[in-house]
Amino acid sequence: MASLKDMRVRIAATKATQKITKAMQMVAASKLRRAQMAAEAARPFAERMDRVLGNIAAGMAASEGAPKLLAGTGRNQVHLLIVATGERGLAGAFNSSIVRLAREHANRLMAEGKEVKILTVGRKGHEQLRRLYEKNIVDRVELRGVRTIGFTNAEDIARKVLALFEQGQFDVATLFYARFKTVVQQIPTAQQIIPAKPPEGAAAAAPTAAYEYEPEEEEILDELLPRYVAVQIFRALLENAASFYGSQMSAMDNATRNAGEMIRKQTLTYNRTRQAMITKELIEIISGAEAL
Amino acid sequence: MATFHFDLVSPEKLLFSGEVEQVDVPGAEGDFGVLAGHAPMVTTLRPGILTVKSSGGEQKIVVLGGFAEVSAEGLTVLADTADSVEDIDRAMIATRIGEIESRIAKTEPGNALDKLITQLDHYKAVDRHLTGTAMH
Repeated sequence: MASLKDMRVRIAATKATQKITKAMQMVAASKLRRAQMAAEAARPFAERMDRVLGNIAAGMAASEGAPKLLAGTGRNQVHLLIVATGERGLAGAFNSSIVRLAREHANRLMAEGKEVKILTVGRKGHEQLRRLYEKNIVDRVELRGVRTIGFTNAEDIARKVLALFEQGQFDVATLFYARFKTVVQQIPTAQQIIPAKPPEGAAAAAPTAAYEYEPEEEEILDELLPRYVAVQIFRALLENAASFYGSQMSAMDNATRNAGEMIRKQTLTYNRTRQAMITKELIEIISGAEAL
Repeated sequence: MATFHFDLVSPEKLLFSGEVEQVDVPGAEGDFGVLAGHAPMVTTLRPGILTVKSSGGEQKIVVLGGFAEVSAEGLTVLADTADSVEDIDRAMIATRIGEIESRIAKTEPGNALDKLITQLDHYKAVDRHLTGTAMH
């Protein structure tokens, strides 16, 4: 049986752990608030862009000269999976759930005989995917040194994706991230971004007024579509950031509670053992005195 | 005066949303003013100064490229970067000018070069305007 001193050390260790998890939870909570605000601030832009694109696309889809980013390459052979995860762990199932969704997707595509290429954003996703799909990973982006995600980060990633697309490296691009629903609920999501799929509802809801275009429709689409890709990535990164902190917060909350429970149990055992020893000593003294 | 709804959004935030009387937009093919009841249109923007006139007065905002959409619901400007004239980061514009100049030096004559030169002109115009207002 462990000595009293060992038990004291263990209790102290558990208390130290609890302090760390508690601190991490508070940090995550305050960062979550900021990440959530950033995600909400970005929403109007993305929504309006969906609408504008939906309007133009509705008029364009039928015509011959629709750009490839909108109409696709006409093939469906090579798929690019953009897997956005966090840079750090200790956030519950956050990273694994995104990776799992991407993995299922990749396996399904491969079973269909399609070629799969992977671009990872974030260190954790890269580490997990590297084990299985080393050969498929074409590029990786790390956002380690980035304190607050800006639109420029998303633009950098979008540039890479678009460059690959222009070289004809893939036909379809799908973006994986965790959509932030509530603090305890983050939904791993797969979203196709190339060819662009503006939500059907947005185009249908707005009466497709006869727009005047200045310059020509094609030129506008040429500028609008790359930006659409960047905006989608930006939104995914922000949703991911909020989801990460949400997930970390609840994971750390659990850890703090578990540590508390453990401390309670350990203290109980410690006190019992201490009392048992005192009783034993007393009995020894009394029986010693009686023997005299 | 009749008013209409105007939204100015950048990827990072919603900068302006409300009823206005007139907005002067720096379109890629020339400035244009939007009043209530404007015909629906979509256009790209060049870097320039956007002027918002409402009953509360006049507000000038620097936009560095993007899109404008006029529909029955009003005017929506999707700007790449936008900030009021007072808050804009002058150093950022200076670096952009530097970047474009260095790219011009490396680009072969042709369509791409023409585009870069036009870009540079727009940025310089914005910069001049800002210097002008700063001196008042």
